[in-house]
Amino acid sequence: MTALAFLIAFPLAIAIILLVVRSQLLRSILVAAAAVVIGAGSLLLVFPLPDSLSSIFSASFELPAEYLDWTVLGIELALAAYVFYLGIRWVRHIVSLLALLQAGAAIAAEILLGGRVEITTPILADKFSLMMAVIVGVVGGLIAVFSLGYMKAYHTHHHEYRDRRRRFCFLQSVFLGAMFGVLFANSLPLLLLFWEVTTLCSFLLIGYNGSPEARSKAFLAITLNLLGGIAFSGAILYLGLTSGILEMDRLVAMKSGAVLLPAAFLAFAGMTKSAQLPFSSWLLGAMLAPTPVSALLHSSTMVKAGVYLVLRLAPVLMGTITGTMVGLIGGVTFLVGSLAAISQGDAKRVLAWSTIANLGLIVLCAGIGTYEAVWAAILLILFHAVTKALLFLCVGTFEQKTNTREIESMSGLIVLMPKLSIMIQIGIAGMFLAPFGMLVSKWAVLKALVDSNPLLVVFVVFGSSATLLFWVKWMGKLLEVTKVRPADESGIATRQWLVMGILSGITVALVGFYPLVSAWLIEPYVRGIYGVVNTISQGNLVIMSIMLGMVALFPVTFFVYQRKVRVVDAYLGGGNVDSSVLFQGAAGQVKSMEMKNYYFGRLFGERWLSLAGGIACVALIFVMFGVAL
Amino acid sequence: MSPWVTVIAAVAAVIAAPLVGGLLTGIDRRLSARLQSRWGPPILQPFYDVAKLLRKETIVVRRSQNFYVYFFFVFMVFTTVLFFTGGDLLLTVFALTLAGIFLVLGAYKASSPYSFIGAERELILMMAYEPLVLFVAVGMYLETRSFIVLDIASSPSVLALSLPGLLIGMVIALMFKMRKSPFDISASHHAHQEIVRGITTEFSGKTLALIEMAHWYETTVALGMVALFFAALPAVAAAAVAVVFFLVILLDNVFARVKWQLALASAWITAAALGVGNILVVYFIR
Repeated sequence: MTALAFLIAFPLAIAIILLVVRSQLLRSILVAAAAVVIGAGSLLLVFPLPDSLSSIFSASFELPAEYLDWTVLGIELALAAYVFYLGIRWVRHIVSLLALLQAGAAIAAEILLGGRVEITTPILADKFSLMMAVIVGVVGGLIAVFSLGYMKAYHTHHHEYRDRRRRFCFLQSVFLGAMFGVLFANSLPLLLLFWEVTTLCSFLLIGYNGSPEARSKAFLAITLNLLGGIAFSGAILYLGLTSGILEMDRLVAMKSGAVLLPAAFLAFAGMTKSAQLPFSSWLLGAMLAPTPVSALLHSSTMVKAGVYLVLRLAPVLMGTITGTMVGLIGGVTFLVGSLAAISQGDAKRVLAWSTIANLGLIVLCAGIGTYEAVWAAILLILFHAVTKALLFLCVGTFEQKTNTREIESMSGLIVLMPKLSIMIQIGIAGMFLAPFGMLVSKWAVLKALVDSNPLLVVFVVFGSSATLLFWVKWMGKLLEVTKVRPADESGIATRQWLVMGILSGITVALVGFYPLVSAWLIEPYVRGIYGVVNTISQGNLVIMSIMLGMVALFPVTFFVYQRKVRVVDAYLGGGNVDSSVLFQGAAGQVKSMEMKNYYFGRLFGERWLSLAGGIACVALIFVMFGVAL
Repeated sequence: MSPWVTVIAAVAAVIAAPLVGGLLTGIDRRLSARLQSRWGPPILQPFYDVAKLLRKETIVVRRSQNFYVYFFFVFMVFTTVLFFTGGDLLLTVFALTLAGIFLVLGAYKASSPYSFIGAERELILMMAYEPLVLFVAVGMYLETRSFIVLDIASSPSVLALSLPGLLIGMVIALMFKMRKSPFDISASHHAHQEIVRGITTEFSGKTLALIEMAHWYETTVALGMVALFFAALPAVAAAAVAVVFFLVILLDNVFARVKWQLALASAWITAAALGVGNILVVYFIR
């Protein structure tokens, strides 16, 4: 209990200190130290200390319930007032209106439910939230450290933007604290408060550089997320009035039709935050923000809060038509995201669509809600958080160095920036090869689905085939070398290399040791809820390990770099002019050869795909609520 | 299966699969020749070709390009072992895909425009046929309640009867896997419609021999999956494989290659209509 409250409060306290510290150096030290404390703190929760030591941490601690109520309401109203002001200030009346609605709902809840519904355990943790906490603590902490180096370079590149790094560090820290809050809050009003804090933080971070474009994307994000927040408030009011429940654990324990409607409202809130169609646009717009923000939003925080909430509801959704609708929304999002990623040439946008797709897959699993599906979904969250953080930071570093993030300009990266190129390849391989891409996202999900709903299999099968195309062609671009240039990886802060190196290491370690993580954290949680748990059969585990081992052997080939071969120029129709790149054209002129990837802009254009998917999902959302009534 | 049986099956698969695949390739070449009013090479010609390739000098554009092919070959052998020792069908499909990815990466690495375009097209083909094969696995699961090849093979019912749509899908997937017209856009056996040699342009000598042999393994596994539809009746299974094999060669000779759009559409529309349709029928009838 104390440890949980500490993890929530510590980043918030650090944030306030960061706000007043003006010295650049001191701030860096503070952020790094805080990252270590948060990371270590979250890990300590999972690796419990021996009893003698842990007694120090388990000093009795009671949240003063009567004050908590009023504090929550007070902060909530203050947040709403601030958002209202933002809406007026930048003439976004819809945002102001949503803030008013939110405040109204909070006051109504206080009047109608205050003192009547008792909340016995405001904060609570289980293996799932602890695992999530490790993700937030470790990955979030690493991103915070990375941002120190990156933001410095960002402001030397972009003189047009005001240097507001103090605010940046403050927001990042608040964000992490609020994320821990979302994970550990069992009381729904408390959860909603942290939920809204993450919404506001993401708004401020997306709009960080203050350009009109960034502002409009930030407002898009806050508008959609406020919609989710209002659905959340609706769920609280309804639950409090009809069943007298305001706690997550009791809601999930109900497992009956009586809480289906509020569960649908909460799932809706989760889907806005996890950027499911038709709400995906905010996450794509968030690409405008500096890279650490994208990394934070995409990997360990924000969107993960959304899927976390939906996944918590899985036992309630299981076997209901509402759950099937949630699953379908996830399925459509997965398919659309995977197809749309094919047509993108901007590396960050490919990553964004792939995030949306992966979140779709997780929501799909949550909607099905069987133990197999939940097991797969939690593993997906874990793998995705780490690999996506790595990939975003790598692409950000590439952009910082080359001022572009086009995949086409990554041609020959293996020669130009070998370290970075290998890290991106580790990330890509982690995303779509074994075990994450194949064992979890295809094999386990397919197994979970064939028993419950073969219609959903269709989305997974088509979607996962599309992921193959866009990942491999990116990887190919990294490998292909047409112009030999000298390697140049200078100008990138050591802190950045350190963070990317650690994340690569974690990716590789997870690939090797995920069965341990599963046995230790995921299976106990799943067993606790469903009484059963699926494990990968011993035989298949061995087969999978053999495959992994063989893939892992690949880097060995670099040490036996083939020397007994004759190197010739590439075939250019017989017209080579002294190289693999230049050739003689029909009129005798010397031309240069170029190779570009396919993108199929028309067939897989994101405009029509997201429109079609969005319409389908709007319809599904109506059905979801309709059948929950 | 006891471990010894598995080991023997694995060894047998590693040795027999390329022999079968090579022979079938020889038959394929002879049949194709006859269909084109030519006499054609000896049945054993593919083996002579590979033997000769193995003695050739290794020529590369990029020094590391051949490593990818070694992994392609190893994973293809692994896929074959997995399938013929009765392993998990889904894992077999993934291993097959993984093998294919290595070949594509090798072609990218070679950094030649022809192999590059071959690699891109091969990716499209992989994306096109994968749903068909995965639906086959799902359909077989719904019928037999298992993804394990051994369980599926020992199912008493003839799966082709309840999964006809998926069988058609599998035949189309086979045309992709055997690089046959109209879906041979990444590398063709027919000189008249080839832009140089597609994905294998920059591979030569031993490496090209490995690609050929991997292809033999691939063909055998793909035909094995067709046989799985008739596993309850071994004689019928053999006949069905022969018929399907002939059909694929016939189609290869009457069709020109299609553009990638049509290749993708043919596979995905078949998968969506026949594959999904078949799966839904099976699911809702039982």
